Amino acid sequence: MRVEMRHIYKSFGPVRALQDVSLTVEAGTIHGLLGENGAGKTTLMKILSGYLRPDRGEILLNGEPVRFASPADGLRYGIGMLHQDPLDFPTMSVLDNFMMGCENGFWLDRQRARRALQELARLFGFDLDPEARVDRMTVGERQQLELLRLLRQGIRVLILDEPTTGISAPQRAQLFDTLRRLAREGKTVIFVTHKLEEIEELCHRVTVLRQGRLAGEAAPPYSPRRLIEMMFGRSLSKPERRPALPGEPVLQIQNLIAGDYRLRLGRVNLTVRSGEIIGLAGMEGSGQHLLMRVCAGLIRPWEGCICVRGRDLTGKPYCAFLDAGVLFVPANRLEEGLISGLTLTEHFQLVYPTGGYLINWERARAEAQRRIQEFNIRGEPETMVEALSGGNQQRAMLALIRKPVHLLLLEHPTRGLDVESSMWIWQQLKEQAQQGAALMVISSDLQELLEYCDRIIVFFGGQVSEPMNAEELTTDQLAQMIAGYGWRG
Amino acid sequence: MTPEWIFGLAGVLVAAAPLVIAVVGETLSERAGVVNLSLNGAMLLAAMVGFAAAVQTGSLELGFLAATMIGALMALVVAFASLTLRQSQVAVGLVLALLGRDLAYFLGSPFMNIPGPRVGPLPIPVLKDLPILGPLLFQQTPTVYISVLVVVAAWIWMFRTRPGLVLRCVGERPSAAFGRGVPVTRVRYGYAVLGGALVGFAGAAYILDFKGGWQGPISGMDGIGWIVLAITIFGGWHPVRGAFGVLLFALLQWLSLVVQPSLPGIPPQVFYVVPFPLMIFALLLTNLGNAEWVQMALSRLPESRRRLAFRILHSLRVSPPAGLGMAFKEE
Repeated sequence: MRVEMRHIYKSFGPVRALQDVSLTVEAGTIHGLLGENGAGKTTLMKILSGYLRPDRGEILLNGEPVRFASPADGLRYGIGMLHQDPLDFPTMSVLDNFMMGCENGFWLDRQRARRALQELARLFGFDLDPEARVDRMTVGERQQLELLRLLRQGIRVLILDEPTTGISAPQRAQLFDTLRRLAREGKTVIFVTHKLEEIEELCHRVTVLRQGRLAGEAAPPYSPRRLIEMMFGRSLSKPERRPALPGEPVLQIQNLIAGDYRLRLGRVNLTVRSGEIIGLAGMEGSGQHLLMRVCAGLIRPWEGCICVRGRDLTGKPYCAFLDAGVLFVPANRLEEGLISGLTLTEHFQLVYPTGGYLINWERARAEAQRRIQEFNIRGEPETMVEALSGGNQQRAMLALIRKPVHLLLLEHPTRGLDVESSMWIWQQLKEQAQQGAALMVISSDLQELLEYCDRIIVFFGGQVSEPMNAEELTTDQLAQMIAGYGWRG
Repeated sequence: MTPEWIFGLAGVLVAAAPLVIAVVGETLSERAGVVNLSLNGAMLLAAMVGFAAAVQTGSLELGFLAATMIGALMALVVAFASLTLRQSQVAVGLVLALLGRDLAYFLGSPFMNIPGPRVGPLPIPVLKDLPILGPLLFQQTPTVYISVLVVVAAWIWMFRTRPGLVLRCVGERPSAAFGRGVPVTRVRYGYAVLGGALVGFAGAAYILDFKGGWQGPISGMDGIGWIVLAITIFGGWHPVRGAFGVLLFALLQWLSLVVQPSLPGIPPQVFYVVPFPLMIFALLLTNLGNAEWVQMALSRLPESRRRLAFRILHSLRVSPPAGLGMAFKEE
């Protein structure tokens, strides 16, 4: 189906999210939609799928103008969207999720739905257990489930919003194969991303958005420099790599065993030195988050011990870890990292109080303003944190790092961020390392780990590899280990 | 000759029936995402109105009908305030709970302690003559049979039908349900009112069957609504588990009365209170898997048994519908 969006405008209050954006996508192609965070990509796609109504402009499907009042209307015309966070029902089973929205009639026909699910899964080479609960699955698997459900609902246009954030390299390859196949079968695929390499790898054509406006279109062969210029209005340069000079050991882990319902994290022995950045790689749920939380003092290990700067902190409460200069920056910014409903000033007051029991709001505001500038946050001291964009929330979390910090633990610090914000974040992390902190970073972006980390540990089903020198590794080697190849025993 | 404890147990079923119906009603409402905290007041007001209507008209059916409508009406107020006016469900529900109770006592004073119609037993032919099971299950009043039917129907509805799947999804994640074409607000209205209607019916069942008359503040009804709310949670928002929760509670109450004469040294108040901490204890047991020390203790078990233990604890654990009490705006 040929999709046309003509002169779309959309505002949220005073914010103009989209201004005069047009987009044409031919049937049977994969069309990229590229732009930095807050460029309006998601808004445009939510309009196309019926979640939002445009202020002005029209949508044409195969030349016919259409109007959507709700996502149900979009589905009726065959437009389905895969959201960045899978919009599914986490506490329910795979089969329930699959049936919801697909089934007709009064009685649920589980047998038939199960057969349909298994058939579709086989067709695309996905391995999904119909009885498993969705919240026990990886983001990649949840995506696969959503994809199959949309296909069963008979969609002809598939929109994917940043589908590769939070999924592993093999799952990404599988997703790309699937999309190519769908395009060959005549479906229209719109692929929203901020990653250039994905455009190069997958897309037949690309439209670039910048700050809510159309910045340009391109067809292969793509010039990365040209695309970056379109995205940011200027070109970016990458920082040079400086060898780390590791100092004193900051974190020492000996004979550690930890676990939860799903997983048992095998014996870990690890020493992290001051000035060093350790990358943690692995599929979601392979144990890296568990180790992170053990190091942060949030989960108690079953066996073994953890020392920070020579002090044994095994079994000590979280505040003992904080006192020892351990700081944990979680991936779920709004759930665990920041407090929704509080302003930036209030956040800074929690960490760096000015004055005693009474808050001097004038000084607090000035202090907040200073930090906002220092950390290049796009927001005001009075801005509620949930109103910030993802990149700016991440900046705010870095601005909230309490000094002195000796061990900095970060989960997916650049998840969902565009190239510019990611580079800025890594620059900040490098600076922390140079000032003597030891860093451990989880990321699913292998390229990024290889580029910025000194050593890398790979996790696979609770097994933990020896730390490997990042400069001697390639993406392929890393991807293979993540997928479970090349392990001893 | 039927032993006496059989009659005791049969009485437990009679006492449990109204609570079971109310728990199912609240479960349906909360599964859709609406907490009806007015339940205690709604049940009292519905009971009083139901009794009054039955006395005035001489018809039990009209009494139940009036009570059901009062319950639905109270729930409609909560739904309107929260879904349309976007006010706090908790605040509106609490105020209505107090209002309903006081209104019931005030308006109900002319009907206090006067004789009225009462639901009689309805023995089921053939089955009633079974040994033990007959007097226990098949010589009961219609409300007991209805309470069982309501539980079974709710279970089938929730887990075997398409509208039931929609119900579970709306309470779990309204935004995702909306994305799949569900009119979230309409569904929530529907289940809130249906749940309220069941609560109203339960109120009438309590007075017209179990108690057999309106006695104002000494009807012993005040507080039952709060227990229903607690058991809804204890039952993990599942109609069958909820019904078992009610039975456990009613059984504990009965046992405390049975045990009382043999322990004369203990003040009788203790026996009225004991079922409540026991219920809390039962609640704790179901959520044991959350505790860190339990996980630590289990980690010492060998691999296969550890997995089994985790699985059992995990299956006992309940989590509320994630969208419970949350406002939802389409777009």
